[in-house]
Amino acid sequence: MGCMPMTSSFVFLMRYSKRMMDPHKNSFRRKVRPHERFIEIMLFFCALLSIIITVGIVVILVKESWLFFKNPQVTLKEFFTSKKWQPMIGDFGFLPLLNATFTTSIIAMSLGVPIGLFVAIYLSEYASEKTRAVLKPILEILAGIPSIVFGYFALTFMTPLLRGIFNAERVEIYNTASAGLVIGILVLPLIATMAEDAIGAVPKELRLAAYALGSTKLETVFQIVIPAAISGISATFLLAFSRAIGETMVVALAAGAGPNFTYNPFRSAETITGYIVRISGGDVSYNSIDYNSIFALGLVLFIITFALNFISRRISERFRQEYE
Amino acid sequence: MSVKAYEVNMPFVGAKSAENPIIEMKDVDIYYGDFQAVKKISMEILERHITAFIGPSGCGKSTVLRSINRMNDLIPNARLEGYVLFNGYDLYDERVDPVLIRRRIGMVFQKPNPFPKSIYENIAWGARINGYKGDMDELVQTSLQSAALWDEVKDKLKKGALQLSGGQQQRLCIARALAVFPEIILMDEPASALDPIATGRIEELILDLKTKYTIIIVTHNMGQASRLSDYTAFFMVDENRTGYLEEFGDTEQVFLNPRNKKTEEYISGKFG
Repeated sequence: MGCMPMTSSFVFLMRYSKRMMDPHKNSFRRKVRPHERFIEIMLFFCALLSIIITVGIVVILVKESWLFFKNPQVTLKEFFTSKKWQPMIGDFGFLPLLNATFTTSIIAMSLGVPIGLFVAIYLSEYASEKTRAVLKPILEILAGIPSIVFGYFALTFMTPLLRGIFNAERVEIYNTASAGLVIGILVLPLIATMAEDAIGAVPKELRLAAYALGSTKLETVFQIVIPAAISGISATFLLAFSRAIGETMVVALAAGAGPNFTYNPFRSAETITGYIVRISGGDVSYNSIDYNSIFALGLVLFIITFALNFISRRISERFRQEYE
Repeated sequence: MSVKAYEVNMPFVGAKSAENPIIEMKDVDIYYGDFQAVKKISMEILERHITAFIGPSGCGKSTVLRSINRMNDLIPNARLEGYVLFNGYDLYDERVDPVLIRRRIGMVFQKPNPFPKSIYENIAWGARINGYKGDMDELVQTSLQSAALWDEVKDKLKKGALQLSGGQQQRLCIARALAVFPEIILMDEPASALDPIATGRIEELILDLKTKYTIIIVTHNMGQASRLSDYTAFFMVDENRTGYLEEFGDTEQVFLNPRNKKTEEYISGKFG
């Protein structure tokens, strides 16, 4: 079986060998290009590496979380329902951390979403080329500021500001409001640029159709363009929300160190990320319940952000289909 | 507003009768920045007639069309010199609000561009922003009937407009334009993105609409221009890529007995 092609190619070679050996004649013989193959394999390994790393992280998270949940002291019921988180003394309810995470994120979104959206609308519909040329780089600079700087900004500027406005007795030095507002500033460029892309993707023809019916600019923008971009814009919001939930440095510096179940944004409360920073930075021994707990929390965090990103992707894919 | 004063510079005004022109153009030059897109356009458009704009690509016929409802205002650096008169009023007077002009001079575009809303909302939106206070259901129905679309969509008014076929979408766009009660409808190659059957239906519709509306249609299709229009404006382009009006007159005369060699060559398909 295997020798058939060999025989035929042998005959073929014999018959045409003279022409084929001469590289300057028009030959269709397959050339061997080892470097092409080499580069293809290298690129494939790079792609593979990113998958392996992702899988590795998930495996470690799940494995270490398993160690945590398998501990006889920990029950799933307590983990998801109790409002006390003090692993040292056997309280394993993660709600205080989750609550603080959502408090800072929601505060962040309530600042970042409206301003980010208005910036996006302004940039894509109103700004002249000159204004855009100034505003866009400023947004990029804002996006490039390290989050530790934002953390200091929260602690040394936002907190004193809040204490000045709302009375220092009511506002604790570490509080979720300050951290949340600063995260809002931090996600603002993300929201602005992504929402601008979504708005810019609305076909020009729709704007023209609206204007041709005698609509004003305001009517065109808010009743035609924004609704047409709404799925892209909501995908942006979800992504920004996921970014706010995962933000670490700002909350570690400004929100407070110590789990505390409170709805008062002026009190200190530790977020999931804040807790993980404190434990992994401290001198906790391996295999202690504290140490294992951060993996369980990491897994929860991962699931939340993964779900948000996933939904966001699905929404923006649907958005793309609408205009194809 | 005296019409006579302009007559001297008119290339040709067909069937000049007691009818008053609804649109008069007088020495219109349009510029995009430093580039002059068209020069010295003068013509009269008569009410309740169909006027076709024909000519090779880049001759400025769409530019002239869009100057009539001031859609060119939306293009940065676009500038117009000369006069465009609507019922004798200067559309480019600085006190004129382009938004209000567009409510009386509607437009249908080359590619069907319904809003990503329901069929019903596509019609109702324009009427609503124009302050329509009457029975909206009725307006939607009559507009769709006028656009010969009602029978096909009456059971799915709440469905998305993007589900319709290309030809249906274009008739929806015409219905949408009718719902704001315009006097003039500008059509920029309204059938060029459609198949022959859908094109045929749009053409029938345009002929129907002539009884109530003044229609100006840009087309690349010579057959369409000769089938539909009463008057034809033939545009050409000079060596600076600036468009100008080569010939204007009765469609029959322009097609059968063109006064101009360029017109004859274009219509017989020698270039374009």
